[in-house]
Amino acid sequence: MEGLIRGKVVSVNGPIVKAVGMKGVRMFDIAEVGPDRLIGEVIRLLGKIALIQVYEDNTGLKPGDEVLSEGRPLSVLLGPGLISSIYDGIQRPLVGIAEKCGSYIDKGIKLSALDTEKRWELKPLAESGAQVREGTVVGEIQESQLITHKIIVPHGISGVLTSIVEAGGYTIEDVIYTVDTAAGPYEGKMAGYWPVRSPRPVKVKKNPHIPLVTGQRIIDTFFPIARGGTAAIPGGFGTGKTMTQHALAKWCNADIIVYIGCGERGNEMTDVLTEFPNLIDERNGRPLIERTVMIANTSNMPVPAREVSIYTGVTIAEYYRDMGHSVAVMADSTSRWAEALRELSSRLGDMPAEEGFPPYLATRLAEFYERAGLVETLSGPDGDITIIGAVSPPGGDFSEPVTQHTSRFVRCFWALDKILADARHYPSISWIDSYTEYLHDIEDWWKDLDSQWLTVRNAAINILLEDNRLQQLVKLVGADALPVTQQFTLYVAEMIKNAFLQQNSFDAIDKYCSPEKQLKLLKTILTLYEKGMILVQAGLDIKDITERPLVSEMVRLKSEIPNKETERIDAYSEGLLKELESLKELLLGV
Amino acid sequence: MAFEIEYTNIGGISGPLIFVQGVRGVGLGEIVEIRDGSTLRVGQTLEVDEDKAVVQVFEGTSGLALEGMRVAFVGSALEVPVDRAMLGRVFDGLGRPIDGFPQVISELRMNVNGLPVNPWSREYPRDFIQTGISAIDGMNTLIRGQKLPIFSGSGMPHNLIAAQIARQAMILTEEEEFTVIFAAMGVKFDVARFFIDSLEESGVLTHSAIFLSLADAPSIERLITPRVALTLAEHLAFEEGMHVLVILTDMTNYCESLRELSSSRGEIPSRKGYPGYLYSDLASIYERAGRLKGYNGSITQMPMLSMPSDDISHPVPDLTGYITEGQIVLERELFNKGIYPPIAGLPSLSRLMKDGIGEGRTRGDHAQVAAQLFASYAKVKRIRSLAAIVGEEELSQLDKVYLSFGENFEEHFLAQGEHENRTIEQTLEIGWKMLSLLPQEELYRICREDIQRYYMSEENLECRI
Ligand SMILES: Nc1ncnc2c1ncn2[C@@H]1O[C@H](COP(=O)(O)OP(=O)(O)OP(=O)(O)O)[C@@H](O)[C@H]1O
Ligand SMILES: [Mg+2]
Repeated sequence: MEGLIRGKVVSVNGPIVKAVGMKGVRMFDIAEVGPDRLIGEVIRLLGKIALIQVYEDNTGLKPGDEVLSEGRPLSVLLGPGLISSIYDGIQRPLVGIAEKCGSYIDKGIKLSALDTEKRWELKPLAESGAQVREGTVVGEIQESQLITHKIIVPHGISGVLTSIVEAGGYTIEDVIYTVDTAAGPYEGKMAGYWPVRSPRPVKVKKNPHIPLVTGQRIIDTFFPIARGGTAAIPGGFGTGKTMTQHALAKWCNADIIVYIGCGERGNEMTDVLTEFPNLIDERNGRPLIERTVMIANTSNMPVPAREVSIYTGVTIAEYYRDMGHSVAVMADSTSRWAEALRELSSRLGDMPAEEGFPPYLATRLAEFYERAGLVETLSGPDGDITIIGAVSPPGGDFSEPVTQHTSRFVRCFWALDKILADARHYPSISWIDSYTEYLHDIEDWWKDLDSQWLTVRNAAINILLEDNRLQQLVKLVGADALPVTQQFTLYVAEMIKNAFLQQNSFDAIDKYCSPEKQLKLLKTILTLYEKGMILVQAGLDIKDITERPLVSEMVRLKSEIPNKETERIDAYSEGLLKELESLKELLLGV
Repeated sequence: MAFEIEYTNIGGISGPLIFVQGVRGVGLGEIVEIRDGSTLRVGQTLEVDEDKAVVQVFEGTSGLALEGMRVAFVGSALEVPVDRAMLGRVFDGLGRPIDGFPQVISELRMNVNGLPVNPWSREYPRDFIQTGISAIDGMNTLIRGQKLPIFSGSGMPHNLIAAQIARQAMILTEEEEFTVIFAAMGVKFDVARFFIDSLEESGVLTHSAIFLSLADAPSIERLITPRVALTLAEHLAFEEGMHVLVILTDMTNYCESLRELSSSRGEIPSRKGYPGYLYSDLASIYERAGRLKGYNGSITQMPMLSMPSDDISHPVPDLTGYITEGQIVLERELFNKGIYPPIAGLPSLSRLMKDGIGEGRTRGDHAQVAAQLFASYAKVKRIRSLAAIVGEEELSQLDKVYLSFGENFEEHFLAQGEHENRTIEQTLEIGWKMLSLLPQEELYRICREDIQRYYMSEENLECRI
């Protein structure tokens, strides 16, 4: 440390503080402001003046108050113990804060993000005398039953490993190994700081090719996302952004979830906190909390910390990616982050671009989503980060700047539809306005499961598109005026919506639908379409098909047949085929 | 305070703001006393510089002149006394008594802005409140500790509904009544009178507290009123263990005051002239609802707001909906049909409903009945708009059945008396009657067992309706 920089407050405008006398301070350094030593960050340097954004409630702060800086950038502490934790936007542990000051968050609280006393069972994986460089794995910890935590030589360090401890229990403050570097000896610990605003380095970026399986039919089958991909969920209030993110956080097949509650409701974080320890991941029998890190900077917490929270979250994600894990980041909501940006930039007197947002909104969004990806890590194995951001457009109008810019930088767009949500058709992801660009990247994965996957998917989408077109006509003339074949298409489209797309997150069976089950359900509906259409074309009354009890029961398959018993769908399908066959006889008989 | 410097050098007055010059050592958010002759006004600093401060005056600046004003900075943020003894009393928008009785003496004074609740310390709300109103209990359940606003429009009966809820709200398993805190912002005296009378009638006035910043009070005062009310609510809920129902009306007036303040500060406006921080500001009010781990009490919030020209995408309802845990929307069409309460079937939503209902709380079939009513009513709406074009005669048989379901649903399920208090069983029973008007196959949101158990056959139904 180059020693302490001491300055003085000259003015306070909300969370933006002007200070003088901060000679030597750099952009994005941490500054501690006022007698409570509130955490802030230097966000602008103008001649003698440093502008500091304060991350805590700063009422009472006065001109003349002291500002201190150690000349260290705003960083997160990365090390074992992050898993299952819940932090605020600047990585202060909320459990620790509650223990210290009760139900409300007092200002000026300083607590270590990681437990400094806990001993972790370390297994050394390198021997002294070895040549190490950034990315070399020197040890391993079992952080939770699910997560193997690697101790990796940090960026910028290389040389000869001069010492390394024996296997045993160590704290994050113990020196674990030493490296003789060109710049002198380096003492390696299990934890270290990383500046939140800088992406962590990787060897190379790769093209994503494996789907992130979410168990949500409209996503996996219709608009899939790849591991390492990016997606946005835009939608007006109450359309299901948070529910979708919760469903993904629960059931998607990533190794680690980083859930960022950015400017949203306190109770939604509480919901995660109370539910996740009790939800068991079927794939490994462990509670979901053991793979989850939470960042909660809710709407009533200081706005500037909301702006940092998404960087805090994604930096933690990168840390685990660098160990070769697959990480999914949920950011709810990126609009609140953008609004924080707007509020701060307006206090700084920046010239606004669209709707008061600063001109650099698009760049910042792009930078954020760019931190997703499938990469070859410095430590060797591949790791990936998938980013899924909720967007909350004012008035539910997608033409606003945050939705518009976001759609330029994500490759999956799950547009939520108010009309579907009002009819309680959940997830209310529109099959008309949504899209994915990962279809071809992940096609091979699905084809291993079933070579017809893409054909089936496209056939179903086409029926829905046809339905959408026909609905325009229906609005004018009524359904009965359409040719019977088109009426049958409408019927099947309705079936796809109700028996396939609609999926209730609270349904004990249907909340997660395996890829196999998804395919079988969809194929069954398409069987009805293909075989039924032939009968209708041959003159059979639609009602003879639709009023068959077996047909009207199709909508119950999803919630009555568990993932493990999909052969029952096969049995149903066979029954259906037989029934349609018998209808054919009926037709011929007439 | 040992000594207080009074400043008289006023650089300007603009809207509710005064600019004081030559000040020293003043903090952000500090309380300011402004004396003008014998009158005293209270304000707060919004911005502080080495030698000047921007002060917002809660009573407004009307009548103030650059000369003759004396300004003192008295430190700390705005605090109000909180005490159980405030129940049964009426206060102004800043928490000063206006019922002729003396100021409540209390050792406890709390900052009106409160502190953010640690999300880790919250307890997820789960207790079903029976309001006796079918549209709410059946389809948009209110939960103890929820923030559930009513979106209304001019002339619609949101006050009647709020009063009915305040009167009838109860927890099935407990005797304890709600403590009601009523905060009026910019409403007319008769609205306030109506609430006071209705609280009195039902005998709860003695354990209610009333804060009035009426239409004739300075607009800036309204920014404080809900905060004063919630500060008392927090004390009662989490220190005294009470279950508090806070009714805030009308949040649109509150937001207009905020817009006024923002524009007099020359801030860059966001949508419709409202400041960009409207969302965060509203959140700092609405998030002061809920339950806390280890405490008995709760704060249930029912903010009311009028949607300018019934537009739900207006920033005030829009941002509110983004923060609260659902919304009860009143619909002009139902209102014009004479249906009370005109609670819109589709856009209304309670997000906490999912965990507060079902087996052991209300009834096992509740969630599915609600989902089915929503889905079927959505279909009614679609068929109605179709019928408007092609004519009712052209509709299929099934569509006509839906139309009849729609009429019945509005007349028997949604509509009820202002003093009619339905139990949840009655509500579900009516719900099933309505659903039984539809063919069984149409009830695809309900599991077979429940259909078998509750679906009413035709004969059955006729003798019951
Ligand atoms: N998949 C689903 N299954 C069942 N219910 C759902 C589903 N998705 C949404 N809902 C219902 O919709 C409600 C609102 O959803 P959610 O809270 O996710 O909305 P949101 O888009 O995040 O809204 P906001 O922007 O206000 O936060 C939920 O409380 C739930 O009742
Ligand atoms: Mg949400």
